[in-house]
Amino acid sequence: MSDTYDILVIGAGPGGYVTAIRAAQLGFKTAVVDREHLGGICLNWGCIPTKALLRSAEIYHYMQHASDYGLSAKEVSFDAAAIVKRSRGVSGRLNGGVGMLLKKNKVDVIWGEATVESVAKGNEPGKVTVKETKRAEAPKGAKGAGSYSAKHIILATGARPRAIPGIEPDKKQIWTYYEAMVPEAMPKSLLVMGSGAIGIEFASFYRTMGAEVTVVELLPQILPVEDAEIAGMARKRFEKQGIKILTGAKVTKVEKGANAVTATIEGSDGKSQQISAEKLISAVGVVGNIENLGLEKLGVKTDRGTIVTDGLGRTNVPGLYAIGDVAGPPMLAHKAEHEGVICVETIKGLHTHPMDKGKIPGCTYCHPQIASVGLTEAKAKEQGFQVKVGRFPFAGNGKAIALGEPDGLIKTIFDAKTGQLLGAHMIGAEVTELIQGYVVAMTLESTEEELMHTVFPHPTLSEMMHESVLDAYGKVIHT
Amino acid sequence: MPINVLMPALSPTMEKGNLAKWLKKEGDAIKSGDVLAEIETDKATMEVEAIDEGVLAKIVVPEGTADVPVNDLIAIIAGEGEDVSAAAAGGGAAPKAEAKPAAEAPKSDAGQNTTPGDGHMSYARVNEAPDAAKPAAGGGQAAAPASSGGRVFASPLARRIAKQEGVDLAAVQGSGPHGRIIARDVQEAKASGATKAAPAPAHQAAETPKAAAPAPKAAPAGGAPAGLSLDQVRGFYQKDAYEEVPLDGMRKTIAKRLTEAMQVAPHFYLTVDCELDALMKLRETLNGSAGKDRDGKPLFKLSVNDFVIKAMGLALTRVPAANAVWAEDRILRFKHAEVGVAVAIDGGLFTPVIRRADEKTLSAISNEMKDFAARARAKKLKPEEYQGGVTSVSNLGMFGIKHFTAVINPPQSSILAVGAGEKRVVVKDGQPTVAQVMTCTLSCDHRVLDGALGAELVSAFKGLIENPMGMLV
Repeated sequence: MSDTYDILVIGAGPGGYVTAIRAAQLGFKTAVVDREHLGGICLNWGCIPTKALLRSAEIYHYMQHASDYGLSAKEVSFDAAAIVKRSRGVSGRLNGGVGMLLKKNKVDVIWGEATVESVAKGNEPGKVTVKETKRAEAPKGAKGAGSYSAKHIILATGARPRAIPGIEPDKKQIWTYYEAMVPEAMPKSLLVMGSGAIGIEFASFYRTMGAEVTVVELLPQILPVEDAEIAGMARKRFEKQGIKILTGAKVTKVEKGANAVTATIEGSDGKSQQISAEKLISAVGVVGNIENLGLEKLGVKTDRGTIVTDGLGRTNVPGLYAIGDVAGPPMLAHKAEHEGVICVETIKGLHTHPMDKGKIPGCTYCHPQIASVGLTEAKAKEQGFQVKVGRFPFAGNGKAIALGEPDGLIKTIFDAKTGQLLGAHMIGAEVTELIQGYVVAMTLESTEEELMHTVFPHPTLSEMMHESVLDAYGKVIHT
Repeated sequence: MPINVLMPALSPTMEKGNLAKWLKKEGDAIKSGDVLAEIETDKATMEVEAIDEGVLAKIVVPEGTADVPVNDLIAIIAGEGEDVSAAAAGGGAAPKAEAKPAAEAPKSDAGQNTTPGDGHMSYARVNEAPDAAKPAAGGGQAAAPASSGGRVFASPLARRIAKQEGVDLAAVQGSGPHGRIIARDVQEAKASGATKAAPAPAHQAAETPKAAAPAPKAAPAGGAPAGLSLDQVRGFYQKDAYEEVPLDGMRKTIAKRLTEAMQVAPHFYLTVDCELDALMKLRETLNGSAGKDRDGKPLFKLSVNDFVIKAMGLALTRVPAANAVWAEDRILRFKHAEVGVAVAIDGGLFTPVIRRADEKTLSAISNEMKDFAARARAKKLKPEEYQGGVTSVSNLGMFGIKHFTAVINPPQSSILAVGAGEKRVVVKDGQPTVAQVMTCTLSCDHRVLDGALGAELVSAFKGLIENPMGMLV
C-alpha cells in the first residue's frame, strides 16, 4: 500500500489544483487525482479557451472597423482552424503551467477515475480507489491506478453541461461548449439555447465571426442573473449586432436534418415557430459530477445534484469535503478556488469564515462585456432595502470616448439607510477588469463615503465607478 | 437642566436588575462620587455613583423594586441652581430624547468608545468615565481595558451601523481579519442585546467564565499568549519526527484560560493528608443501604470523589471568606458553594459545576456527577452547566497519582488536587499503624485567599473527610 496522504483532492480543476497547492503550502502531504486534464474545464474547455476565441473575434471586429480609428485594413478575413489552434495553444500552455505548479509544491498527481471507499475513522485513514482511464494520457510523473489512503478527502469534481431530454448533444449538430470551442469551420447559422454567460459568449463570438445567431431563453430576460437594466441594454446591443433574441421561449422539439437542425420554439404567447440552423448549442446550465464517487454508500447528503456542505467545505460525513461546482452554485472558477482555500485552512485549524456568496463577482465576456457583484436593483428592493442608485454612462468618460467605446453603463446600488454597498452592475468595454474595485470595497465594507473619498486615476474607465457612486448621492460631475 | 439617572447595566448581558437600596433621600445634596443606590443582580451587588453635583430631586423607582429594565429612569438630579421641584416634575419627561445630544457630543476619536446615552449611564460606578470632556470624576477608575485601549478596528459599515443602532463598538468582539469588527458582528451584538449599554468589564468576572475572559484581542490564533513561535518550536525538531495536530476550540480555550490563570492569579499551594478509613466504612454502609429502582439497580453508588465534592462544598460555607472570587477591583462572596469537577474527555476536559454542593445530599451529588460526566464525554453539556464555580475538584487518584498541584480555573479562586487513597504507615499515639490516606493539595488565588484563610479551608475539608458523618447532617 502506498503512503497515507494528509489530503487527497479528487479533481484537478481550478478548485482542485488550487486546493492542493494551498494544502501543500500548509505542510500537508497532498495528492490530486484527475481523469482527464489538469486545470479542469475552466482551463481546458471553459473560461480560458473561450477568452482566446473571443479575443480573436474582438480583433477581427476592430479590423473590420479600422477606419473608425483612421486606419485601413483591406480584405480582412479569418482562418477558423488557426483561431481554434491558438485557443488550444493557450489552454495547453496553462495546462502545462498547472503541472509545473503542482510539481513545484510537491503535490502528487494521480491519474484515473477515483471512488471513495471509506473515510478516516480514528487512526484509520480514508481509502480511495483509482481506476485506469482511457480518456486522456497521464501527464509525466503521475501515479497510476491503485488504492490510496488519506486522512482528509476533498471532492472537487466539478460539473458538466446539463442535457435536456430529447435535445441531447450529439457532438455533430447539437453542441455543448466542448464542440463549440473547436469548430472545424464557422457555421453559417447557429441556434443558442440558454442565455447565461456560456450561451451569450458563444452567441457573441459566432455573430462576430459572421454567423446568423438566434438565442432562445426560457426566462423573460437574457442573462437572467444580471440586473434587468443592464440585461436590457445588452439585449439592445446584441440585436443591433444582428443577433436574434427570443425570451420567454422554449425549445420543445429538435429535428435533425442532413445539413441543419430545425427547432420548434414555443413563445410565451403559446405560438410556435420553427427555426433552422446549421448547429445548435445547448447552454442550459451545468450539473454537478456526483456520480461514481461512492457517495451513496457513504451516506453523503446531496441536494439537486450537488453535495451539501457547511460553508467551510465539510460534508455531513466527517473526513470528506466538497468544494467548487460540485458543492453547489454559483458554479464559477473563482468561487471554487476560494472555497478550496477555506476548506484546507479549516482543516489546518486556521481562523476561517464561510464565503459570503453575496460578494462573488460574475463576468460575461461578450461584446460588450458585462460584470456584476452583489444584489441587483430588483433583488435589493425585494429584500426590503431602500436603495440609492447611481448611474454613469460611458459617454461621459474621456477614456471611453478615446477608446471609441462610448456605449455602456456603470450602475451602483447602495442601502439608503446605512450606505452599505449592495451591488454594482456594468456593461461596456473592459468592465470585467473594473468590477474588482467594487468587490474590494464590498469586502472591506466600505460605505459611499470611503468610495467618494477615494482618488481615481485620470484618464481611466475606473473614473466611472467614482462618478456612479457620486451620482447615487446627487453629486455626479460629468453628466 | 435636570439630570436623569438611568438604570445602569452592570454587565454586557444584564437586561434588568433589582434596585436594592437608596443611599440618598430626595432633597439630599449630591456630590460627585457619592453612592446613590445599590443595584443587585443574580450575580452581584453594585453601587451606582454620581459624577455630577446637584440635589436628588426625585426618586422614580423606589427601593426594593425588582427587575428594573436597564436604561429605565430611576431618579432625577436637579443641577446647581435649578428648581428642585420643577426638575422633579419635568426631568423625566424624555430621557430617550435627551440621550441623543449626549451621544453626539463627543466628536473626538474617543467618542467611538462611548455609547449613546453615556451621559446617563455614567452614573454607574462601573462605567468608565465617558469621555475626556466631562470633569474627571471618581467613577472613572474602573475603566475597561477594551475601552481604554484606544483605537477600535472596525469596518466603515460596522461603524455606521453601530452609530445608528447605538451599539458600543468597544464591547463588540470582531470576527474579521485581525479581529476587525465587521457589520455582521455589530448586527449580532445588537440582536443579542449585549452591548446596548456601555460594558462593565470590571464585573464581567462575576459573570460566567466565558464572559469573564474577554479574549485579549491580540492573542495569536492558537489562543495561547505568546510563547515560542511555531517556527521556533519546529526548529528544535526533525521535520519527520512529529505530526502537526490542529487546535480545536477546546484546546484553544484551555490554553488561553489556564495560561491567563497562571499569569494573572498568584498561586500558592497547601498540601494535606486525609485519612479515609472512616469515610470508606461509611461509604460501604451507605452504598449497602441504597434502595433499588425497578430494574433492581441501586439508586445511588457513592464514590470517594462524591464525598470530596460535598466536603469542599461544606468547607466553603464554613469558611465564608474563602467562598469568594476575585473581580478586578473587588471580591464577590457567595452564599452557597459552587464546586466544579474536572472531567477528562478525549482531547480535553470539562468542569461541570455542582451548584449548592453544601446543601445537596451525597446521593444527589453522586447522581448529578454521573449525568454530568456522561454528557461531558458526549460534549453535550450546556455552557451554563460548566460556567461559574468558586472552586474545583480535580481527582487523578484513579491513575495512582499520589500528589499533584492544579491550575486554578478562572474566575474561580481555588482548586483541589486529589491524589489516590492508598494504605500508608502513619504514626498514631507514637506507634506506627496502617491507614488509608489521600493527599490533597489546594491551589489558592492569593488575591482572594491568604495563607491562613486557605489553611482554614483545607483544615475544614480535612475535618469533614476524616469525620464523614458530619456530611450527613
